[in-house]
Amino acid sequence: MAETSPLTVFEERQDQIHCTGDGPFEMACNRDSLAGAVSQRACVFCGSRVVLYPIADALHLVHGPIGCAAYTWDIRGSLSSGPELHRLSFSTDLRERDVIFGGEKKLAAALDELIDRHHPNAAFVYSTCIVGIIGDDLEAVCRTMTEKKGIPVIPVLSEGFKGNKRAGYLAACKAMNRLVGTGDVTDISPVSVNILGDFNLAGEIWIIRNYFERMGVQVVANITGDGRVADIRRAHGAALNVVQCSGATLDLAKMMREEHGVPFVRAAYLGIEDMADSLYRIADFFKGIDPGIVDRTRALVREEVSALLPRLAEMRRDLEGKKAAIYVGGAFKAFSLIKAFRHLGMTVAVVGSQTGTEEDYAELAQVTDPGTIIIDDANPLELSRFVKEKDVDVFVGGVKERPIAYKLGVGFCDHNHERKIALEGFEGMYNFAREVHASAMSPVWRFVPRREAQNRAAAKGGTAPADAGSDAPAPGEANIPNDKEAVA
Amino acid sequence: MKTKESFVSTTNACKLCKPLGATLAFKGVEGCVPFLHGSQGCATYMRRYIISHFREPMDIASSSLGEKNAIYGGGPNLKKGLLNVMQKYGAKVVGVASTCLTETIGDDMPMIIAEFRREFGDLDLPEIVQVSTPSYEGTHTEGFHAAVRAMADQLVTDKVEPHGGVNVMPGLASAEDQRHLAELVRLFGAEPTLLPDTSDTLDGPALMEYERIPSGGTPLSAIRAMSGARGTVELGRTLKGMRTGGDGLAQRFDVPLFKIGTPVGLRETDGLCAALEAITGAPMPKALLKERGRLVDALVDGHKYVFGKRVVVYGEPDLAIGLTAFLAEMGAQPVLVATGAEKCGLAGHVAEACGDLLRERPEICEGVDFHEIAEKAEAMGPELLVGNSKGYPSARKWNIPLIRTGFPIHDRFGGQRILHMGYKGALGLYDAVVNAVLEKKQSDSPVGYGYL
Ligand code: SF4
Ligand code: SF4
Repeated sequence: MAETSPLTVFEERQDQIHCTGDGPFEMACNRDSLAGAVSQRACVFCGSRVVLYPIADALHLVHGPIGCAAYTWDIRGSLSSGPELHRLSFSTDLRERDVIFGGEKKLAAALDELIDRHHPNAAFVYSTCIVGIIGDDLEAVCRTMTEKKGIPVIPVLSEGFKGNKRAGYLAACKAMNRLVGTGDVTDISPVSVNILGDFNLAGEIWIIRNYFERMGVQVVANITGDGRVADIRRAHGAALNVVQCSGATLDLAKMMREEHGVPFVRAAYLGIEDMADSLYRIADFFKGIDPGIVDRTRALVREEVSALLPRLAEMRRDLEGKKAAIYVGGAFKAFSLIKAFRHLGMTVAVVGSQTGTEEDYAELAQVTDPGTIIIDDANPLELSRFVKEKDVDVFVGGVKERPIAYKLGVGFCDHNHERKIALEGFEGMYNFAREVHASAMSPVWRFVPRREAQNRAAAKGGTAPADAGSDAPAPGEANIPNDKEAVA
Repeated sequence: MKTKESFVSTTNACKLCKPLGATLAFKGVEGCVPFLHGSQGCATYMRRYIISHFREPMDIASSSLGEKNAIYGGGPNLKKGLLNVMQKYGAKVVGVASTCLTETIGDDMPMIIAEFRREFGDLDLPEIVQVSTPSYEGTHTEGFHAAVRAMADQLVTDKVEPHGGVNVMPGLASAEDQRHLAELVRLFGAEPTLLPDTSDTLDGPALMEYERIPSGGTPLSAIRAMSGARGTVELGRTLKGMRTGGDGLAQRFDVPLFKIGTPVGLRETDGLCAALEAITGAPMPKALLKERGRLVDALVDGHKYVFGKRVVVYGEPDLAIGLTAFLAEMGAQPVLVATGAEKCGLAGHVAEACGDLLRERPEICEGVDFHEIAEKAEAMGPELLVGNSKGYPSARKWNIPLIRTGFPIHDRFGGQRILHMGYKGALGLYDAVVNAVLEKKQSDSPVGYGYL
């Protein structure tokens, strides 16, 4: 395989990169990050934090040394319509003394102090790598504090090294599951849902809730965007769980199905088709007890889409034929994005994710055009190489990918947890198109070295190669200059 | 002075963790890849944090320890990681910093690295610098200085022929600061060697090819030649009590060492110029005299706007000391100087740097977080905040201007190009302070004056 794979930068990663159309599909994923590579991947704690933090009236205390908490202080645009406790960064800031003698006392004292100060409706205590090593009994401390303070104090077993982000999702779901089933469900409508897996970035969950309300569906709990402890406690009273995203909260939906008999459907809110499909799926579920819901949903979709399409058409005129690269956290987002780009007349040349499963990648291979690069847990070298090789116009990724795109003179859209623009729902599709348009159509790309070279070559009469200035990579080799040139 | 005993918990820390500082220092060496020995998450978080400030690529490799490694030791992963970084990135230098995890499980990094050198001695190995940076003691500032010291100790091994160069240890300085420092040394007729120098690696140009390791940084050869320099200037008053990279060069190679304050404002910059005069023997350059003159002229022109303004300064201790001294020079009244770092002698250094300029002593706080800073400051009725972008929630709450300085700046553009140092830097800061005061006055006024 080594000599036939022109795609690798690190040999060990050969089976984490696939090119659509290149033989049978076979990819390894969800393996630990390769030592020494600069992975874009995060840790278990990061996964848990991403899921739970938007619960705005809970105290989120990171039990560990300062960094883990400091780097996650208010980094996401998860909005709250009320309390904003989640925007503060709480840490036990463990010191050498605590590492030697154990951090349990300090943890209890910190909880005491913070719960008295902020009166949260619940507290989540996140364990970090060190805590896993020094062996603090989080469970015991939390139990004592629950009794003492009269609110649920819940440990989140998120020691960073015990897996990747996905393990963190599971830990978060387990933590939330302790709340579910403890609240009063008497006034809940039979036509009701919980929204799972939306984090209300830039107010997105409000867009989705608005659609549901127009359909006549009651939303019981937001899990977790603009989330509240009391809502989660009574979430088992909802008739249906609507789960977005392939990983983050699926575990909770499964737990709730098993323990409370609440069924779930999958949903995706990015792009026109996925958004509409999701609404129809929910209407379908409830049409037995609420026959009018199908018509109401149809009317809603018609209204929204007919308003949206003409506005998209304007931008599509400019974007037709341009190429995109996608690198996102969960693979589910990649599917939606691929479709969204089709609406803009664009093709997807590179697509990857941090936490996709083998099935995800197999499906990606099916829905993408031949020649599309599919990649799991990419590092900057690989990303930059494929972006350049495929000569993409716009890169969609997170904040860590932005400088890679910009250095090479490629447009960029932030599609990660830190985005401040709502991209979900029909209006989100418009915002997305505008973002892509603003980046792809900017005149600045003309001045970046890569394009200048292409334009120079074109002006000379020849047709410029896609990646002017570099030779095609030799088989089995990375398309990067050799060591001497690179460090000269 | 108060240290933090008042609260057990930390809310909105006014510090970052130690390895982050080390990675920033390593980033300033040519061909160097910063490498964290620990689990993957720390490296990814730090990258994200740093990238949000610089908007530049910042690769940090990691030994990506998993659960098994945490139990049986991370040695094999560290070695494998080193091999990868060297083979795939073509690293000439690898700067390895430990993390809380590997310190806690007791990995003996020097031993593992020595083993690595033995096992793979037949290969063209990069220089490996290693530094111990457990975050449960010390902050990113200390991690930065520890990495600088490690580089000086481990890379500068032999006395070279004396040359006319000047070593500069800039501390946590912006890219613009570093460029300016180099320029200042050249104005005194000498060649500077900055350790580290991130002015290109973290503020580089648009490129044709993605560089595995961004060009720039101090070349290894220049670092080795630091033993033959005419002198070393080390910036940061808090370094006075520590054993630093400059101390090592002085003790081992007799390179005269000048430990001076971070040159922010008039007198601290005078201190830098005096040191450069002493090292090079060259008189103060005319161009600099003019810059100094312009600064003094500006201070006169603007003095009424800023006199007595109550200012809260926070952040990295050495920058905070410099900024406080400068605020004192312009006639403002620093009321609170705060940092998340501990045992850095902040009170003494602020008092020394401000001399007899201040009519009232500011309250000094070490080891505090933003919760305590806000709590204390609120009672003081501050009119201006000076520090990194993390003070913004307070500025917003109190509806007062925040002059953004230092690291990180996550809510504005161009943080790496803020010039704090030298007369020129002071002048820019002064403009920013005066204009912030004017803008506030203008927008609060019902009249809407067009001349201010
Ligand atoms: S574990 Fe230590 S090194 Fe890692 S992010 Fe937390 S404080 Fe920093
Ligand atoms: S210490 Fe562990 S939990 Fe904290 S950021 Fe690092 S990997 Fe994640």
